[in-house]
Amino acid sequence: MPNFIMSYLGIKDAITPGAAGSQFWALVYVFIIFAGVSVAVMAMNWLERKALAHFQIRLGPMRVGPHGLLQPIADAIKLMLKEDIIPAEADQFVFWVAPLIGLLAAFTVYTVIPFGPSQAVSDMNIGILFMLGVSSLGVLGIVVAGWASNSHYPLIGALRSSAQMVSYEVAMGLAVVSAILMTSLNATGTGTLSMIGIVQAQQQQGVWFIFKFFPLGLIAFGIFAIAMIAETNRAPFDMAEAESELTAGYHTEYSGLRWSLFMLAEYAAMIAVSSIAVALWLGGWMRPFPNLLQGPAWDFIFSLFPGLTFLGLAAIAVLGVMRMPSHSFFKIQRVGLAAFAAVLGFIALLLLVIAVAGRSADASGAMSPAARFREGIDYVYWFVFKVAVFMYLFIWYRATWPRYRFDQLMKIGWKVMLPISLVVLIATAIVGVLVS
Amino acid sequence: MNPALNSGLNSAVNSGMAPVATPWFFYGLAGLAVVSGLLVITRRNAVHSALALIVTLLAVTGLYLMLYAPFVAAVQIFVYAGGIMLLFLFVIMLVNIERSSKDRQFNRMWPVGLAAACALLALFVSAFVKGKALFPDRTISLPESSNTQQIAGMLYGEAGTMGAYTFAFEIASLLLLVAILGAVIMTKKKV
Amino acid sequence: MIPITTFHYLVVAAALFVLGVIGVLTRRNVVIVLMSIELILNAVNLNLVAFSRMWGNLHGQVFSIFVTVDAAAEAAVGLGILIAFFRNKETINVDEIDLLKW
Repeated sequence: MPNFIMSYLGIKDAITPGAAGSQFWALVYVFIIFAGVSVAVMAMNWLERKALAHFQIRLGPMRVGPHGLLQPIADAIKLMLKEDIIPAEADQFVFWVAPLIGLLAAFTVYTVIPFGPSQAVSDMNIGILFMLGVSSLGVLGIVVAGWASNSHYPLIGALRSSAQMVSYEVAMGLAVVSAILMTSLNATGTGTLSMIGIVQAQQQQGVWFIFKFFPLGLIAFGIFAIAMIAETNRAPFDMAEAESELTAGYHTEYSGLRWSLFMLAEYAAMIAVSSIAVALWLGGWMRPFPNLLQGPAWDFIFSLFPGLTFLGLAAIAVLGVMRMPSHSFFKIQRVGLAAFAAVLGFIALLLLVIAVAGRSADASGAMSPAARFREGIDYVYWFVFKVAVFMYLFIWYRATWPRYRFDQLMKIGWKVMLPISLVVLIATAIVGVLVS
Repeated sequence: MNPALNSGLNSAVNSGMAPVATPWFFYGLAGLAVVSGLLVITRRNAVHSALALIVTLLAVTGLYLMLYAPFVAAVQIFVYAGGIMLLFLFVIMLVNIERSSKDRQFNRMWPVGLAAACALLALFVSAFVKGKALFPDRTISLPESSNTQQIAGMLYGEAGTMGAYTFAFEIASLLLLVAILGAVIMTKKKV
Repeated sequence: MIPITTFHYLVVAAALFVLGVIGVLTRRNVVIVLMSIELILNAVNLNLVAFSRMWGNLHGQVFSIFVTVDAAAEAAVGLGILIAFFRNKETINVDEIDLLKW
């Protein structure tokens, strides 16, 4: 049994809990991922309000914690304490079950997301197919939610939203297929559908799929990037839930905790589809320039990045402390922000210590346990960093672009994205056959 | 925690994957599938029936995963639960009329139908009891890590040759095209 | 506990099949009849995949993919017929769809 624990700390050959058949460690990983996603959703909520506010030259929430850092917690407590209103003629059981369907669909996909070559709950043979299929179950939750509310705004919103999601799923699937085609351009000629296998195929071929067969990889990535915004009902494709159009669409009648479940499902779905984009086109857990800037020196420099990121965040927090008005009313906020800066600085110090202690061995192939641990942290860091870039892009799009009218949206989905993705798929296949 | 704790499947040949599915998984999934199937045919409200059918389909997906058929499970989630059930829900919303949930649910010939189903069940039971010797007790495990590749080999053929089911695959795609055209033409208002 | 053999899966498939047959023969709502047909097809798929595992080759799984494709096409066409009929006569009960009766 100690062998077993050591294998997950990276000392022996690391494998995913699914491959090892260990239920306990799979549960531990699931719990870690669940906690991580919950923290990420809360952070995303805060970041969205602050970033939107700064885009619109205002400040956003500033009161609840220092710079509004405790705002998501206050929101969560408020939503939990709100009165649970169910419309009179609504179907009680279906009304209750609808957010759960969306939540289950959004969270189940996290079992196959590859945070590292062995840092996933289980590496299914059909990883990408599983992710796309289960995220298409979320549409059922929306349709059922709109139907169960027994009022016409939610019904129209639900039908529009599900029609939009279904149309963009087609373009999304074709873009994914063209990325998977590229995994089969190796010696044996067989590709793979497993998420870890796709990132390892990018590692073997030495190029991120976004840059492969330029510009085909880029166009496929672009189609997926646009389709994933439509898939999660975010701006500029948020006709179905826009406040000014349909009084919040399919979740009009939901209040309090149930609405927060929908919001949780939406953010979790956003993170999930961004992870698909990162794993398929942007090289997953690989650090930037793995082939151009090689060697132990560059490896060491890139391994300092996690610590430096947290150091940067701590520096921004310290700047916020120094810029706070020196009035007695702000004493608590100053102390709070200083404590937050101290925590971030401590994490940064920890990561820098790990990076220095875990320098990989140069000549011999054996790596010390510290080096393996540092490598595991680096894999997770680069993956999360790329997903965080996508999350910021989501917020940026919402602040910048006006929304599409529904018929324009459907026209784009069927008449523009589908033909382009078909052409890219055929072109990728032809180029792939000609190259090999 | 011990990966050798596979009390479920008998000691069959495992190609690299330790089985963790115990009999409890099977009985749970099978029970869920049968109970949800019962709910499908007995609910008065069509939306409840559709939700019960979704639960049945997901339980059957779990059974496929226990049978080392991950690709079939993925196709089931994609096509059945994600596509067909959505279609059913849309149509239920389109044709739902209030009076239908207050009508009689079962038609007048329901005793005859039930008797026919019982006869079918008796046929199945006799086939299982008599033919139990025909099912060999071995359960050969199929390797799970190359399931998709092998199915693709059968559907598309290895390099240069035609697979066993390539022709059927093409006919299936034609069938889907015909179904799309049929559905679109039938639901147009002016033909 | 007894190890799970192919026979267990066949029993589950038979149960689902019989439930589907009862649904087809006794319900009045057309949509529920179509859903019972989907139950029947699922039972057949489960049978095929269980036997595929017993024999150790993949023919059963490939055939079950074809059955799934078939079920999708049939559901689409069946629901199209239902909608087309619903426009003429506002009913979804099977025993009221009797326009040819005199």
